[in-house]
Amino acid sequence: MKTALQKDRTAANPERTGPLEFVAPDVNIYETKDGYLLEAEMPGVNKDGLEITLEGHEVTISGRRPDEVAVGKPLFRERHGAHYRRVFELDPAIDTARISARMNQGILFLTLPKSEEVKPRRITVGD
Amino acid sequence: MNLIKWQRPALTSWPSFGRLSDLRDEIDRLFEPPLTGLARPSHLLSGWTPALDVYEEKDHFTVKAELPGMKKEDIEVSFHDGGLNISGERKSETKHDDTEVYRAERFFGRFHRTVTLPTSIAADKIKASYKDGVLTVTLPKTEDARPKHIDVSVN
Repeated sequence: MKTALQKDRTAANPERTGPLEFVAPDVNIYETKDGYLLEAEMPGVNKDGLEITLEGHEVTISGRRPDEVAVGKPLFRERHGAHYRRVFELDPAIDTARISARMNQGILFLTLPKSEEVKPRRITVGD
Repeated sequence: MNLIKWQRPALTSWPSFGRLSDLRDEIDRLFEPPLTGLARPSHLLSGWTPALDVYEEKDHFTVKAELPGMKKEDIEVSFHDGGLNISGERKSETKHDDTEVYRAERFFGRFHRTVTLPTSIAADKIKASYKDGVLTVTLPKTEDARPKHIDVSVN
């Protein structure tokens, strides 16, 4: 499965004053005989901020952080406030109709099953 | 300001080579305002150093750390000698039997960070919560450390 990075630092959102920033989330991708599992790190994003779109054989995952309530004067900052976005090109063997996703403590788990036709199958020999 | 004692966590997994492609991000960050960018240590050689913010309010500090994919019981928060310690271990949720790894950018293993707070803290009133992969620790200042307003009387 090929991966592609996509960043868009200029896309303007009418509701915000500054430009909307996106970073690519770190991912792990595993392949099993049934399909692929993709884990993407998007801390601060909950289910409502998550958007997964499928276009042909390209899947885009994007996660928007809710606006944080100000909690005082920043003394030290390492966290970036950017949203997450990344595009993946899918193996044509993936059955796009059965892709499922779940979110747990800032990690997106995307299950991408292979279609039945391409799975290895044992054929019984008749008499 | 002596705020952060940074400790290099033990390197318990392969450094992720995928991060090299993020070099551009690192360079971009150098040109961002100093508070948001420069303080972030590079991931390239250091294993996992969860990103962390410290905010000050009149009567308390808030520390936020990004710890996606942890179990609540694997996060340890302690306060000792004016310093807040956040440590723990992240374990993979995915079983690795029969799987082939295509991409491994996430870090699994132990991490440890310490923040020294600039004023005294009511240690028994510290609260921590974990939501959407972000740990939030609230540290109330002691009564003496809060700013006092003094009225000037005119004779």
